Amino acid sequence: MRFRLTEDQRALQSATRGLLERVCPPKALRAMADGAGPPRLDRVVWAALAEAGVFALRLPEDAGGVGLGAPEAVLVFEELGRALVPGPLAATHLAAGRVAGAATGETVVTRADGGLVAWLAEADVVEGYGTGGGAGPSGAGPSGVGPPGAESPGAGAFGAVPPVALPPGPGLPGAVPLRSVDPLTPLHRVPAPADPGPWDPSAALLTAAEQLGTAGRVTELAVRYAREREQFGRPVGSFQAVKHLCADMLVRTELARAAVYAAALSGDPAETAGAKLISDDAAVANARDCVQIHGGMGFTWEADIHLHLKRAWLRARTRPVAAEAEEAAARALAASAGPPAPRPSL
Amino acid sequence: MDFGPTEEEAAFRTELRSWLATALPRLPPKPSPDDWPGRRAYDTHWQRMLYDAGYGRLHWDADPGLRLVFLEETELAGAPYVGANFVGLLHAGPTIAAEGTPEQRERWLGPILRGDEIWCQGFSEPGAGSDLAALRTRAVRDGDAYVVTGSKIWTSHAEVADWCELLVRTDPAAPRHRGISWLALSMDAPGITVRPLRTLAGTAEFAEVFLDEVRVPAAHRVGAENDGWRVTMVTLSFERGTAFAGEVVACRRTLAALAAAARETGRWDDPVLRRRLGRLHAEFTALWRLVQWNVSEARTGGTVPGPGGSVFKLRYSGARQELYETAAEVLGPDALDLGREWAVDRLSSLSYTIAAGTSQIQRNIIAERLLGLPKGGA
Repeated sequence: MRFRLTEDQRALQSATRGLLERVCPPKALRAMADGAGPPRLDRVVWAALAEAGVFALRLPEDAGGVGLGAPEAVLVFEELGRALVPGPLAATHLAAGRVAGAATGETVVTRADGGLVAWLAEADVVEGYGTGGGAGPSGAGPSGVGPPGAESPGAGAFGAVPPVALPPGPGLPGAVPLRSVDPLTPLHRVPAPADPGPWDPSAALLTAAEQLGTAGRVTELAVRYAREREQFGRPVGSFQAVKHLCADMLVRTELARAAVYAAALSGDPAETAGAKLISDDAAVANARDCVQIHGGMGFTWEADIHLHLKRAWLRARTRPVAAEAEEAAARALAASAGPPAPRPSL
Repeated sequence: MDFGPTEEEAAFRTELRSWLATALPRLPPKPSPDDWPGRRAYDTHWQRMLYDAGYGRLHWDADPGLRLVFLEETELAGAPYVGANFVGLLHAGPTIAAEGTPEQRERWLGPILRGDEIWCQGFSEPGAGSDLAALRTRAVRDGDAYVVTGSKIWTSHAEVADWCELLVRTDPAAPRHRGISWLALSMDAPGITVRPLRTLAGTAEFAEVFLDEVRVPAAHRVGAENDGWRVTMVTLSFERGTAFAGEVVACRRTLAALAAAARETGRWDDPVLRRRLGRLHAEFTALWRLVQWNVSEARTGGTVPGPGGSVFKLRYSGARQELYETAAEVLGPDALDLGREWAVDRLSSLSYTIAAGTSQIQRNIIAERLLGLPKGGA
């Protein structure tokens, strides 16, 4: 068992971080958030991400891809989350190899998910709309509901997803623009199907990785502030109440890291659901604690923390949402409870 | 990055599994929780079986990957946990192995591994629990011995232990972290009084130990005089690092049994309870992955586990309590029946956020040593 990053994986991680600091610095995000009206997707940044292999990462080399796997995709998406990169990243990545131009960044692909669709007006292709909501094939992911012991899903993370492309734009029937809580992610509401169908473990894993990135980033922001900011004549980070908030943030991040990396390795849909659940919690709770540690400053528009919190909320809203993930984990638990467990007697 | 077993791990798992299948039926019946001499005999018997089969050392100097396989397989097979051998195998043994002289290793390690001798931990005092460096038990040098006077508290297994890893103050004038030494105390020595303490679970799990001019040979000091704090930190890092790893597997088994019970009684149909169980399943799965992550990192980082163990200990101890609160929901009125093992385990779970460093102390360690926040402050 070698459950730690390889040298190559560490190199990928730091190269991605370096790239994002150059092409998507906080200053650029700030300008976008402060602009009037919904943000526009920066196609130059998108092209730079494509150039770096973000979308073609898992395509085989003979198909023009980078030929890496789910663990590497998770490391890259963790960095995208850390840097708060805007755009339908997971949807475009998952469309690479199926939708022409997605891998190279020429085609921006988004997905309808749980009655919402992000970046509708900016995307070239929309998936999952009018097909039962879920983009995955039946059986590619647990439905999240159903009796215990029901059939376990076949394909693991990154199973095949059939292309379901529709023409985008304001013409999409029933799409209504929202005033999005996240100033860096425009949202439309679309009619949600009565039966949303299965959720896609691949999308869940990538979103969980982004949440992990957020959880780690806001922990750093909080710790930095707690070291610098003085009250009562000393850094607030010397006060136990503040220390304990920071410690809990690190604990949530590290548990989420273990969960997300492990789900990338195992490809198990129930473990992926658990990783989404734990990383959703970590991202949202850490961003909230980060606001708290910043005090009044944390409640201002100028501090970037609210951007992280709002993105974390939005990702937590993508499928599987907490109830679905808990049901998926409960099903796996029920399956594991099959053989007799001798020790704990009831 | 992978979970694929190395060849050595795979071979070890196969061999261990087949040994467990033949060894476990040979175990004597399990004694009652109140029967300490019986528990000692049972636990040391199991340790002897492990030793004879070549598994005695697995808790401290084996490849960490093999140790995880060992913990997983023994727990899955329903084998006994370390029990009364806990302090010797998980604290004193590794500490003596890392810090002791060749003579000390020769004297103590074999008996610990064979289950011939068991140890208890003399760290906490009435005035020095979480603030361990406030300890006052004094050791005054007299020729080739120390004369020790003071008292210790929360000492598990004290009534049946042969040895005690004892922290004493050898230089009262020095700054409080610098005047401490780590001694191996024979529990037979004259001047020792052990008084059992009853826990809120109703059993005598631990004791007070009073020391009245007890003579301890200077040769039984592990590490340099007044360097005991550093030696203690080595001991505690073992305690927080990997000592609880096997219990995660036990919790996962418990949770599976709980799900089975919920399905039998129909409580599973309550979506609130079912989702709570699902969340716990995700939590304990992630905790096991965190153990694997820490162990994989430790494999390259030397023999002494780092403060990352505090991250695990903090989350695990809380999750364990949540598990038993949920168990009480599943059991309903039976949760109040102490005839049920669950009810007793629920009570025991309360100690997890206190023992081996309270959750508040773990947060301080994480904040100061891992996040670099300044010390002090109210």
